[in-house]
Amino acid sequence: MSALDLINPSSGLYRKREPVFPRVVNGRFRRLKWAVMALCLAVYYITPWLRWDRGPWAPDQAVLVDLAGRRFFMFDIEIWPQEFYFVAGLLIMAGIGLFLVTSAVGRAWCGYACPQTVWTDLFQHVERWIDGDRNAQLRLNAAPWGAAKLGRRLSKWSLWLLIAMATGGAWIFYFADAPTLARQFLTGTAPFVAYATVAVLSFTTFTLGGLMREQVCIYMCPWPRIQTAMLDEKSLIVTYRDWRGEPRTQGVKKAAASGEKMGDCIDCSACVSVCPTGVDIRNGPQLGCINCALCIDACDEVMAKLNRPRGLIDYLNLDDQKRERAGGQATPVLKTLLRPRTLVYFGIWASIGLAMLFTLGERTRLAIDSAQDRNPMVVTLSDGQVRNGWTIKLRNMESRPRRVALVMSGLPAGSLWTDAMDRRDAARSVNLQLAPDATTRLHLYVAAPAGQAGETGFTLVARPLDAARGTRDAREAARTLKFVRQ
Amino acid sequence: MMTDHKPGVDEATGTSFVGHEWDGIQELDTPLPRWWVYIFAATVVFAAGYVVAYPAAPDTDGLTGWSSHRQLAETLTAEAAARAPRLNAIAATPIEQLPANPALMRSAIEGGRAAFKVNCVQCHGAGAAGSKGYPNLNDDDWLWGGDIASIHTTISKGVRNPDVDDTRFSQMPAFADILSKGQIQQLVSHVRAISGQGKPSPAGAALFAENCASCHGPDGKGMREQGAPNLTDGIWLYGGDRATLTETIAKARYGVMPHWAGRLDPVTIKMLAAYVHSLGGGEANPPPPPIATAGGANVGP
Repeated sequence: MSALDLINPSSGLYRKREPVFPRVVNGRFRRLKWAVMALCLAVYYITPWLRWDRGPWAPDQAVLVDLAGRRFFMFDIEIWPQEFYFVAGLLIMAGIGLFLVTSAVGRAWCGYACPQTVWTDLFQHVERWIDGDRNAQLRLNAAPWGAAKLGRRLSKWSLWLLIAMATGGAWIFYFADAPTLARQFLTGTAPFVAYATVAVLSFTTFTLGGLMREQVCIYMCPWPRIQTAMLDEKSLIVTYRDWRGEPRTQGVKKAAASGEKMGDCIDCSACVSVCPTGVDIRNGPQLGCINCALCIDACDEVMAKLNRPRGLIDYLNLDDQKRERAGGQATPVLKTLLRPRTLVYFGIWASIGLAMLFTLGERTRLAIDSAQDRNPMVVTLSDGQVRNGWTIKLRNMESRPRRVALVMSGLPAGSLWTDAMDRRDAARSVNLQLAPDATTRLHLYVAAPAGQAGETGFTLVARPLDAARGTRDAREAARTLKFVRQ
Repeated sequence: MMTDHKPGVDEATGTSFVGHEWDGIQELDTPLPRWWVYIFAATVVFAAGYVVAYPAAPDTDGLTGWSSHRQLAETLTAEAAARAPRLNAIAATPIEQLPANPALMRSAIEGGRAAFKVNCVQCHGAGAAGSKGYPNLNDDDWLWGGDIASIHTTISKGVRNPDVDDTRFSQMPAFADILSKGQIQQLVSHVRAISGQGKPSPAGAALFAENCASCHGPDGKGMREQGAPNLTDGIWLYGGDRATLTETIAKARYGVMPHWAGRLDPVTIKMLAAYVHSLGGGEANPPPPPIATAGGANVGP
């Protein structure tokens, strides 16, 4: 594919897709890509099937986004909607992590871990398996439609569709108990939204990974723009060492005989033919290049055959390009990685992570919310005392029933009782049974002798009765309330 | 200025002009976008079908027979059907057994909360806190009884309601015609004394025993059969200061309340009783003796 001129678009900003038939290639970066792909797919497909015992009161799925129950389970961590800031923190970490990775190793996300890249890669392997390598694919593409071509196309599309459905199918298992949903899905009793989600994701996976491919990166995705803006002179990018390769020489012996100046590039187009997005890296850094480094592997193969040093195409940052062009040596990779910018990004990223871990360890799984009765706020009782009322919500975020005492501290002559009690049994504290992993709602009354008008603050403490003192389980939840006398 | 002349063709675009010119500016006869024309045609076709299928002209029904009135009626019927099991359960439960069924009671309280907002807030206030002459329903002081059955009776039959034979009824005499101004002041002093607001008045106590004790009880703790308020507690329906007490004794009080049986359906009245009972002063059933019990003036039904 020739480069799209975005600066001076004389023929519009969109170019119809020219099919890309990348050749298979082997080498260190291809192996890395295999590993990352296997890891990403394995994590995506296996995670919902992992089990995690949380006792009888909570689901046993290790990772579960329970939208209906408004809970997010991730192994030992359970997040309530009130704790959504943990998710926000994770998203911020993901953002800063992307800054970190981009400033250190360039568009590594695009080249290795992006789902678009991973699934396109997977689809291209299926393509090679059915149709053969690049040359066979080119021939088949040019061939007229016949039984053989139709057969190959249909089998390729069916395999793609199966993968696409498996992709959508895995997604829904994150939102419900996977084995149950799988059974329901296959017997046709799953909720409509499950089928709709699978249908939509199958369609997008098939279209984006099978048909649109690099067009997604070039026309749809904001990351290439953002990532390109975040690169600096010290970020690793895939570079063609033009000072070593130029002038390109195709007839090596003839050129040697005639004594022409001769670069290392023999213009064999191996780098272009393996490129999954169809760019020519020798034109320099460009939007279409996802920095997957397959051209490095292809070029290294050729250089090895020619007995020339590897790395005519290589990861090289802009500073080192300048240095090498002037005859100097590239800086060691470690020195490039450990520079103020990456260290600051890492510092911010790690601090957020540590702060979240600390908060996660220190959080109390018991909480009180209160809303004071406003109408009427003050009720005079027949014995002359005044009464205030509150709607109290006690959140027991543990996956087990709990016994707590609701204790008042302050307001010395006051007494409390709940709507389930008689005032005759009012006291300074009341014992409650809290349902597991649920909010218990009750109406609380507090009465105290009438006195001077005004507000008296007191503290309402929820004290666990089922945990040893000093343990994390015994942590109290407290809330300051205002007792109002007319 | 506008001129008309034969339409020509614009060289730059190859599109013909419409033929009008305004001060040298001509309008191009650019065709409508194809997608727009297709959608327009599709809407015309759709509209034709829509007019036939739905009631488009007055006094027509349309082929589908749909109408917004019918849809509303169906929605309301479906709502009523959804509520029916709970309403039937409340209807089948005797009022004094309602608190023993927490789920049903909660349901009744919420229904009562809605009915209260429509029918009761005009006198008792949005928070049921009442005002002078209209009792606060949040407290633990009840003129005619605070157990759920008594509350239910009061709501059903009203208070001093001329249209109901067995309404809650009692009548306090206006003592201005019976006692002298001085005697009334002595009585006021006694009531102030037993409610902890003043010094004892032996003369007032004698007058009280003679004129008031038959309804308010010998020690002034009231009598619920008569709707006679407890004069010793901290709650005053009209006020416990000297001026208001003087007015109350001299002119008497005659608070009335509408009856709701026949005006609201029996289930709504039960739900209102449940709601009022839930406001914090509801008493157990049968009602227990009052908290600071001393005399036998206050006897349950």
